[in-house]
Amino acid sequence: MSNAVSTARRTAAPAKTGGGHSGQRNAGLAWLTLPALFFFLVFAVVPLAGVLILSFSSWDGIGAIGAAGMSNWFSVLADPGLYNALGLTFLIMIASWLVQTPISLLLGVFTAGSQRYRAALAVLYFLPLLLSSAAVAIAFKALLDPNFGLATGLGLPFLAQDWLGVPHLALGLVVFVIAWQFVPFHTLIYQGGVRQIPKSLYEAAEIDGAGTIKQFFHITLPQLKYTIITSSTLMVVGSLTYFDLIFVLTGGGPGNSTRILALDMYLRGFRANLMGPASVIAVILVLIGLALALFLQRLGGKDKQGSQLEGM
Amino acid sequence: MKQPQTSRRSFLALAALTPFAAMTATACGTSGPGTSSAGGGASMWYLSGEPNETTMQKAVDTFTSANPDNKIEVTYFQNDAYKTKIKTAIGAGQAPTIIYGWGGGTLKTYAEAGQVDDLTSWFDENPDLKKKFFPASFGAATVNGKIYALPNQYVAPIVLFYNKELFEKAGVQPPKTWDDVMSLVKTFNDMGVAPFSLGGQSRWTSMMWLEYLLDRIGGPAVFTAIFEGKANAWLDPAVVETGAKIQELVSAEGFIKGFSSITADSNADQALLFTGKAAMMLHGSWTYGAMKKNGQNFVQDGKLGFAQFPTVPGGKGDPKNGVGNPAQYMSISSKATDTEKETAKKFFKEGILTETVIDTYINSGSVPIVNGIEDKLNTSPDKDFLNFAYDLAKNAPSFQQSWDQALSPTAAEALLNNIDQLFLKSITPQQFAENMNGTLGK
Repeated sequence: MSNAVSTARRTAAPAKTGGGHSGQRNAGLAWLTLPALFFFLVFAVVPLAGVLILSFSSWDGIGAIGAAGMSNWFSVLADPGLYNALGLTFLIMIASWLVQTPISLLLGVFTAGSQRYRAALAVLYFLPLLLSSAAVAIAFKALLDPNFGLATGLGLPFLAQDWLGVPHLALGLVVFVIAWQFVPFHTLIYQGGVRQIPKSLYEAAEIDGAGTIKQFFHITLPQLKYTIITSSTLMVVGSLTYFDLIFVLTGGGPGNSTRILALDMYLRGFRANLMGPASVIAVILVLIGLALALFLQRLGGKDKQGSQLEGM
Repeated sequence: MKQPQTSRRSFLALAALTPFAAMTATACGTSGPGTSSAGGGASMWYLSGEPNETTMQKAVDTFTSANPDNKIEVTYFQNDAYKTKIKTAIGAGQAPTIIYGWGGGTLKTYAEAGQVDDLTSWFDENPDLKKKFFPASFGAATVNGKIYALPNQYVAPIVLFYNKELFEKAGVQPPKTWDDVMSLVKTFNDMGVAPFSLGGQSRWTSMMWLEYLLDRIGGPAVFTAIFEGKANAWLDPAVVETGAKIQELVSAEGFIKGFSSITADSNADQALLFTGKAAMMLHGSWTYGAMKKNGQNFVQDGKLGFAQFPTVPGGKGDPKNGVGNPAQYMSISSKATDTEKETAKKFFKEGILTETVIDTYINSGSVPIVNGIEDKLNTSPDKDFLNFAYDLAKNAPSFQQSWDQALSPTAAEALLNNIDQLFLKSITPQQFAENMNGTLGK
C-alpha cells in the first residue's frame, strides 16, 4: 500500500512543479493512474474504512448493525486470546523465516547452476507451488492421520506421532508445511538473484585463490542483499495472512495452539457471529502489516539508490 | 517515434477497458448460486454425505418430475463447512430459498433478524401436515410461540455404539455404569485396542460426551437453567464434576490416540470402530446408516452393538434420558421471491417425507419423525436398532437438543472452544465452568 502511495506522489510531483515540455507530458499522462487508483479505492480503501466502522459497532452478521462505541476494543484488548494469537503469529513468522531462508537460499544457489540435472531438480522443487493451500493441507492431514496415515501404511513407528493432536507438535508441523509450500517460491527468487551476479567476480576470486565456500560468503551472499530483503518482506508480511492452510490443517487447534491472528479473526467473525471484535482484530492486523513493511523498507539501508555493480 | 506511440495507445485502451471487464466479472460473481434461478424454481442447500444425499436427490427428482413448473436446485456441502457458509450467506442476503438447519438458537437469531418466514399460519392451514410429525419435533422449530421451520428427516439421538466382536473377544459386557466404563478402558487398553473412538477436531463430537454426562450427573434441569440464561447456571457443581469425569477418561487413555486431530467429516471415527481399532464410540444415530453403507457388512453381519449411555453413581439423571437432534429443520428465506416461496411450500407439503422417502430413511437405519411408522420399523431388517432409537427418542423422560444448536452461535462457539481445551486438559473443569459462565446471555 505504502508503495502505491509513494509512487503516486513521485509521479504527481514533477507534473505540478516542472514546466516546459517534459512537465506537460507528465501532466497529460497523470490520468493513467486512474485505473490503478480506482482499484485501490474500491478494493483497499473502502473495505478498510468499512472494517474500521464495524470495529465500533455490534453486529452478528445477520441482523441490524448497532453502535457499540469503544466496547469492542476494550473487550478484545482485555482478552488473553488476543495475546495468545499475537504471540503465535510472531512465533510462526520468525520460525518460518528461520526455516525457509537458509533452505531457499541454498537451493536457489544450487539451481542457479547451468548443469542439466540441476534444471531437472529445479522443476521438481517447483511442484509444491502449483498446489493450492487447501489441497496441501488436506494431503498432509491424510498422510499424518495417526491411525490411517503414512506411518501405519509404511510401518514406520517413529512417524506415528499424533502430529496434529499435540500442541507443540502441531505448531511445528504448521511451520514445516508452510515451508514445504513456500520454499519453492523463494528458491525461485534466489535463483534469479544468483544468476544476475556477474561471472567475472567469481573468476577474479578464483584467481585470488578463494574456494567455493569463501566465494559464497564473500560474493554470493553480499550480492544477494536486496534479494534477501525482498524475500524476507514477502515471508514476514505473508505470514500475517496465513489462513487457509492452518484452517484446513488444524482449525486453530488442538485447543488454541495454532490459532493465529488471521484465524482468530475469522473464527470470531464467522463462527461466533461477533463481527465487531473480529473487525478490531482486522484493524490490528493492518497496523502490524504496515509497521512491518515500513520497517523492512528501512532495513534496505541508506545506500538504497547505490548499485551493487559499481565499477563493473 | 511512431512505434512507441501506437503501442502506448493500445496499452491505454487496454487500461481503460480493464476495470469494466473486471466489473462485469464481479457482477456475475455476486449473483451467486443462492439467489434467483429461472422459472419459479427454489434453491436449497443440503448436507453432502450418504445416505442422506442420495435420499434427498431422489426426493427432489421425484418432486420435479411431478411438478415440471416447480424446479428445486440443490447444492450439497460438508457439515462443518455448511454451518459457516449458511450464516454468511444469510447475512449477505444471498441465502437459498430453503434454509436447512437444526433449529434452536441459530434459528432464533435468523427469526429475530427477520430472515426467515413465520410458518405458523401456513401450518394452521395445513393441519394434516402438522399432525404428521412427532409433536416433540416442533419444539426446536418454535421461537417465541411461532413456528419458523418445517421439521423433517429423522430423530437423531446420540447412541453408544460398540464392536460386538471385540467385546466377545474380551469377554465383557457393554457398560452400565461409569465404573464399568473405567474398567473397560483398562481391559481394552491391555488388549491393544482403543476403548473409545472420537473425532475430536470437530469438537461437537466431544460435546456429546458432556451432554450425556451432565444429564446423568445433574439431571436435565442443569442445562435447562443454562439454556434459559439463569445467573451462574454454568457454575453448577454438576458441570465441574462432568468436566472432571471427562479428564479422568482422557487421563486413562480412554480415547483413541490422536483423537484431537480426527474430524467427523472424514468418517475416520466410524472407520476406527468398524475396523476393530476402537471398541466403542459415542455418536449420532445417523452414523448407523453410514456404517451400514461403508462398513463392509459390519452392520449387516450383526457386529455393531448399541446401548444407552451408562449411569453415574449418585447421579440424578434418568438412564432413559436422551440427547441429540429431535429433527432437522427447513425454513424459508424471507428474501426469496413469492414464486420461490410457493415452490418451497409445495415441496414441503408434497416432496419431503413422502412414503418413498420414509421407506428410504427406514432402510438406511433412521427413524423418520412421522407418526404411525411402528409397523414399518418392525418389519425392517434393522428393526432392533430402529426400535431402540425410536424408544430413545419417543419415550425418553427428557430429550435434550444438542447444545451447540440450542445455544446462540456466540455461546456455542465459546462452548466448543472450551470443550476442546477441556479434552486437552489445558484448562481445569473449574476453569471450564467459569469460562462458560461468562457467556451466559450472549
